[in-house]
Amino acid sequence: MRYGANLSPMTVVSDKEQAKGVLRDMWRIRLFEEAVEDLYGRGMMHGTMHLSIGQEAVPVGANRHLVDGDVITCTHRGHGHTIARGADLGRMMAELLGRENGYCKGRGGSMHIADVATGNLGANGIVAGGLPIAAGAGLSQKLRGTDNVTVCVHGDGAVGEGAWHEAMTLASMWDLPVVFLCENNQYGMSLPSLAAYKVEKLSDKAAGYGMPGETVDGNDVEAVADAVGRAVERARAGQGPSFVDAVTYRWRGHSKSDKNLYRSKQEIAEWREKDPIQRYAAGVLDAGLLTQDEIDTIQADVRQEIRDAVVFGTKGEEPTVEAMLAGVYAPDDFYAAEEAQA
Amino acid sequence: MTMRTMTYAEAIREAMAVAMETDERVFLMGEDVGIYGGAFGVENDLYERFGTERVRDTTISELGIVGMGVGAALTGMRPIVEIQFSDFSAQAMDQIVNQAAKIYFMVGGQASVPLVIRAPGGSGTGAAAQHSQSLEAWFAHIPGLKVVMPSNATDAGSLLLAALKDPNPVIVLEHKLLYKQSFQVPEVFPEVRLGEGHIEREGTDLTIVATSVEVQRAIEAAQHLAQEGISAEVIDPRTIRPLDTELILSSVEKTGRVLLVQEAVKFGGFMAEVSATITESRAFGSLQAPVRRLGGLDTPIPYNPRLEKASVPQVDDIVREATALVREW
Repeated sequence: MRYGANLSPMTVVSDKEQAKGVLRDMWRIRLFEEAVEDLYGRGMMHGTMHLSIGQEAVPVGANRHLVDGDVITCTHRGHGHTIARGADLGRMMAELLGRENGYCKGRGGSMHIADVATGNLGANGIVAGGLPIAAGAGLSQKLRGTDNVTVCVHGDGAVGEGAWHEAMTLASMWDLPVVFLCENNQYGMSLPSLAAYKVEKLSDKAAGYGMPGETVDGNDVEAVADAVGRAVERARAGQGPSFVDAVTYRWRGHSKSDKNLYRSKQEIAEWREKDPIQRYAAGVLDAGLLTQDEIDTIQADVRQEIRDAVVFGTKGEEPTVEAMLAGVYAPDDFYAAEEAQA
Repeated sequence: MTMRTMTYAEAIREAMAVAMETDERVFLMGEDVGIYGGAFGVENDLYERFGTERVRDTTISELGIVGMGVGAALTGMRPIVEIQFSDFSAQAMDQIVNQAAKIYFMVGGQASVPLVIRAPGGSGTGAAAQHSQSLEAWFAHIPGLKVVMPSNATDAGSLLLAALKDPNPVIVLEHKLLYKQSFQVPEVFPEVRLGEGHIEREGTDLTIVATSVEVQRAIEAAQHLAQEGISAEVIDPRTIRPLDTELILSSVEKTGRVLLVQEAVKFGGFMAEVSATITESRAFGSLQAPVRRLGGLDTPIPYNPRLEKASVPQVDDIVREATALVREW
């Protein structure tokens, strides 16, 4: 049985402002990545990038129940979560263009984008690299006596890594406030996850770590928000970690080198029919929550934000070798202000 | 200054206790660091003194332990993580090399990783090939890491406290043979800066630069050499990254001869870097003899005790090599 064969109907929403926010954030992700793809295609952006087009419901749903002080760790396909958490699109675009005014001053690029001010410790170029880090952030939240939580976003490919097992084991042993959120786009680069992991659904694995596990329709933003919400609530209450498997699909290849030899055009077309944005827009329209005009206005506003972001990015300065070399080690007084305050 | 007798292990334990008493952000994680007291007894009763929240027994999970240290360090804590044998760092390499070392750089300085990783290395205990290596060159090669190799109890305490104050990831490579060795230690560990070497013994005929247990062997060798009328200066860099290049170059300029001693396999070892640093520098003109290195033989550490001893530089080797450098050049 393929994932998606038994997706539930989209969850009904009822809050008008929330619906606007969801659409705005999903379009921000989609249009940001389309702009990135276009810049790359025109030779204005270099390197490689991993697009999450088609997966927008996961970051937007996951972010709903997070508050200040909560932390996320991300995958190499991390633009969506960074945007959903509230990052500035201009600084993100500047980073992907390698400029000094980018989030990481052009040192990290797409694969290492981070916005620490919003609790986003960053994307990670190593599959499952963020898992032990997330468990450590959860330990820190617990030791500091906060009721904050960490959402550890990872892909289905990470499930085969030793780091996944080690982090799940330790987080469970110490009842850490961590939500392990698998953004399951069903392929670890080219290997289908269902061929790799001999379970009916990935959430079946959670029982082996003594934590609750849930598989949800990752193209239904409300279903993701509800499942992550339950896990966040459990973590805040000091009851320990949970595992959420949000099944979705990436429309684009793994990265720029992908020729899609491992999946059919028909499969891609079927999943495009399950577009989380169109599905959500249709749902809120049907429910009479938003009018077509209101929906069009949100999209047009986001389109303008993206144009502004590209302008901001392309106007950024090129970083210098001197500044790069000065930024390998944190200076001795890196924490002086923070420590003086304490 | 009042001195007291203390082993290397006791000094490390005391430094950890001082750190935990003075900074509530400091805690320790590792395998069997709790009720067991640490595989080498370094932790001993820390668990009883500071409780299970701050002295945390982990699963056997080096990658997980180091990664959790990275995450805790990024979010306001000052973790010390112990890797039971430095050989097991191979299990944790992604978190050390790809994560801890690079995060400050990759995120453009938005956050840093004030993490201390303690790991014992070295041969001489009959633990054979997977529990006896000296792997400092692996770490020293990575920009973003600092690497410390204390050779005595005072430095073990001082360098650990300095590492905890540093906003960067620091790897402290302790030596298993030194744990039970006693030293004269001041009442309070002197403050040191990472990257500050130390002249262990002054001399005029040659400079011996050594690390970790080889510093103790070099000091003993220098005593023998003195009886032969050879005056050896012994330098312990203490931190190999960053390296106190100036201290080494000034000494070489003074003596004109230099012997570099490491326990690690000689090929591709850290002392090759020190050698190149000397020959590329202003001190080159002062050299009256080639720069010589003593290092481990090109072999995994063997089990057989005679072979094990023969695999890494001993006091006699240093005396022989130093004598040749002075007498033959």
